[in-house]
Amino acid sequence: MSQTMTGTGAKPAMPVGAVVIRFAGDSGDGMQFAGGEFASTSAIVGNDIATFPDFPAEIRAPRGTTFGVSGFQLQFSSTDIHTPGDMVNVLLAMNPAALKVNLHDVEEGGIIIADSDEFTPVNLGKCGYPAGYNPLADETLNAKYQIFRVPMSRLTREALAGINIGTKDMDRCRNMFALGIAYWLYQRPIDTTLERFDAYYGGSKKRPEVAAANAMVLKAGYYFGETAELFPTRYEVAPAPTRPGTYRRISGNHAIVLALATVAAKANKDVVFAGYPITPASEILHGLARLKHLGVRTFQAEDEIAAMCAAIGASYAGQLGVTATSGPGLALKSEGLGLAVIYELPLLVFDVQRAGPSTGMPTKTEQADLLQALFGRPGECPCIVVAPATPSDCFDMTIEAARLAIRHMTPVIVLSDGYIANGAEPWKIPSLESIAEIPVSHPGPEARVNGVYQPYARDERTLARPWALPGTPGLEHRIGSLEKQHLTGNVSYDPANHEAMVKLRQEKIDRAAATIPPLEVRGPESGDVLILGWGSTFGAIATAGDRLREAGLSVSTAHLRYLNPMPSNLEQVLRRFGKVVIPENNLGQLRLIIRSRFLIDARGINHVRGRSFRVDSIVNEVREMMDTKG
Amino acid sequence: MTTANIPLPSYTPRDFASDQDVRWCPGCGDYAVLTGVRKALAGLGIPREKFVFISGIGCAARFPYYMNTYGLHTIHGRAPAVATGVKLANPDLHVFIVSGDGDLLSIGGNHTIHAIRRNVDMTIILLNNRIYGLTKGQYSPTSEVGKVTKSTPMGSLDFPMNPLAVAAAAGCQFIARTLDVDVKMLETLIARAVAHKGTSIIEVYQDCNIFNHGSFFYASQKETREANTVTLEHGKPLIFGPDRDRGIRIKGGTLTSARLGDGVDESDLLVHDETDPNLAFLLTQMAHPALPEPMGVLFARPGAATYDELVFSQIAQAKMKSACKGDTLEHLLHGDETWVVE
Repeated sequence: MSQTMTGTGAKPAMPVGAVVIRFAGDSGDGMQFAGGEFASTSAIVGNDIATFPDFPAEIRAPRGTTFGVSGFQLQFSSTDIHTPGDMVNVLLAMNPAALKVNLHDVEEGGIIIADSDEFTPVNLGKCGYPAGYNPLADETLNAKYQIFRVPMSRLTREALAGINIGTKDMDRCRNMFALGIAYWLYQRPIDTTLERFDAYYGGSKKRPEVAAANAMVLKAGYYFGETAELFPTRYEVAPAPTRPGTYRRISGNHAIVLALATVAAKANKDVVFAGYPITPASEILHGLARLKHLGVRTFQAEDEIAAMCAAIGASYAGQLGVTATSGPGLALKSEGLGLAVIYELPLLVFDVQRAGPSTGMPTKTEQADLLQALFGRPGECPCIVVAPATPSDCFDMTIEAARLAIRHMTPVIVLSDGYIANGAEPWKIPSLESIAEIPVSHPGPEARVNGVYQPYARDERTLARPWALPGTPGLEHRIGSLEKQHLTGNVSYDPANHEAMVKLRQEKIDRAAATIPPLEVRGPESGDVLILGWGSTFGAIATAGDRLREAGLSVSTAHLRYLNPMPSNLEQVLRRFGKVVIPENNLGQLRLIIRSRFLIDARGINHVRGRSFRVDSIVNEVREMMDTKG
Repeated sequence: MTTANIPLPSYTPRDFASDQDVRWCPGCGDYAVLTGVRKALAGLGIPREKFVFISGIGCAARFPYYMNTYGLHTIHGRAPAVATGVKLANPDLHVFIVSGDGDLLSIGGNHTIHAIRRNVDMTIILLNNRIYGLTKGQYSPTSEVGKVTKSTPMGSLDFPMNPLAVAAAAGCQFIARTLDVDVKMLETLIARAVAHKGTSIIEVYQDCNIFNHGSFFYASQKETREANTVTLEHGKPLIFGPDRDRGIRIKGGTLTSARLGDGVDESDLLVHDETDPNLAFLLTQMAHPALPEPMGVLFARPGAATYDELVFSQIAQAKMKSACKGDTLEHLLHGDETWVVE
């Protein structure tokens, strides 16, 4: 195989700035793998990328049904991008159901490449098309889109004729035919993917014949693009200019895993991660379970509550307790979180949010746990809440969360969501030296004053209490879930003491604002509209703001990564704009806080569709608001 | 941490008393247990700072406040989960869970079972008074059927749980029982439980003299105890009764009570083998009034690996392997696939 397959095509390549491509098929069709490979390769050739895997909760729904469709969307670009894109430019549809589910996202004039072999009467019927109808033959659709019918199933089998593998294994290679076409269409090299086959199937799986088969089909797909004369044009997406350095592709969940191992090194403490499997947070447990050599201990508990409580026990005994879950699990952990708040122990709780209420849509994203994170506990029960803005920001905010938890002796909730947890982007790998140590101190026997140890004596500046470890001679003390007396930590029902302690716990969290960075504004520092966001809407909001400014409108954007306490300059920033608009993947939770705290008449753009925000919906709705001058 | 060359600390029970006033009702069985635990700990020669007492919610769960050791009063039912976290973070600590039947068997039943099946190295002291005391007298998961309480004015309907049978089913390798009034036996059992590696459970029949007074009098009173309990000793036949003239026999897998004499002598009696798990289960089934209830060590079989040992052995393996391969944090951050932008 030539190592320079790109550029060998006789067809001219048309330069384009950014492309959104979506691979869609059955959940067993390998769409996530194909999409992931396309993303890796695009990143390696220097494009900026943003990915959005979208899969059903069912592991293997019945083949050919609409509810079994799994998709992987990717935007790759020659400029800096922040989202996986709104409208799809290219859809690879492996069956009729995949076409049906995804068609409405394809832009007018967009490319659809379908495995025509799969568009049989039976399969068309399975996803509810009327008898005798085939969308690939629909004239209206053919006028609206560029539809390419490729008999991928047959071509895959033909490519593998004479190879000694079963039909099932052959059919599993179909995704590589599709990937091959996509690689050809966008002039990507296929080498990285070929190497992965060798490493995976040829290595740990000990199935070199499967590696060979996949390689053959990938090449067959590539050559098909070149020789079939089907596609009028190839496209070229130039590398995006970016800061020098070593890069990798990273998802939010994976960034959290890497960050926790880094925390162990920087705090010189082991991370004790106690978790319970839950979508979309389980990957954090999986990732950490492999890092026992890097100061990470993992514990799969019997339930969410036990995971929370084991993390508390671990922090009490001197390591850093961490747990991760999603909304339903956070609800179960609430009482434990309250315990950590009254114990005043450092602890991290990751909530990878998903669409609710209740079990909701486990694989779909949402941002509707904000109020739960801020207030969802009995009593006055404040803790620090932060929210990463992008997949790679999960790395920085995890380290920041650990730093805050230890400095302020408090649990910290990190609000990620399904979108940034599974989505990926290029990440400039930081040098370990550039990450500051996380200072930790534990009192020794000398901490006793007149022979008495006071577990709730506080640091004057932060109001944090000391982190005394069991095993330290002379500091024996008891802490509990009952209200405690100031300084001694003994049980106290004294009314004045209770009020003082409630206020102290709140004040301690409020004071953390002194050490968090001020809110930054993207665009002019004042103007007509500020679009304010938090969490995973960052990409859509930043892009929408850029577009609105390019259109000459007075719009800036700002993004809250710290939700409790909020940056101390927040109110000043808000008051510099005529109007504040808050897009959220919920019905207006941050807006509720902003309105009540600052008496600012913030407007909402609220969607709860189980998917990330579209840039155009923000652009259009902000424009409308500006037009109506309300 | 090494303690070699450091003389073993010598304590009195007073050294284990915190400065807090004990607030149980006068006459509560918990007082005797507190005395027994303080006495037992004073005799172990283990530095005081190594002990962590962990409880859930309920009257019994106030226990840690009264011990001059490290202590955690947690939330309802969750002590075993918190304790597991403590051992994962620092396996050198000696962890005790002290809580009641409502806490450890009802709201916390799940955690109790899972802590036991994992064999986390710690000791559970279950203060069983067959009632909810702190919430003022509702029936508990160990209350007898038909119990009339505030929440069951016509009598409770559900069958009681047998905590030691549950422990045996969960694979507990150290199972014991005693009475609140028998401080001496409690001391002995605690010493043995602490020496045992793995989860040990000691059930204490405890009198709640306010809401369930006399519940265990059939077993705990001078005039009833000999007839209605049998004290187990490893390698000795099961003999009981005020005149020590009755014994337990095993026939066809069933335990029966027999009078000595009339053709039955000691050699016909069941000899206690505390290492026999099948016997342990049978012993947990002995219930008043059909049979005397066993006191002492029902089951103690050393040798099973503890969860904490296994965790740290995997960590050691992983570290050895990564040292050979040169796997560092730097490698982790880079992963398998990077590209360089000049």
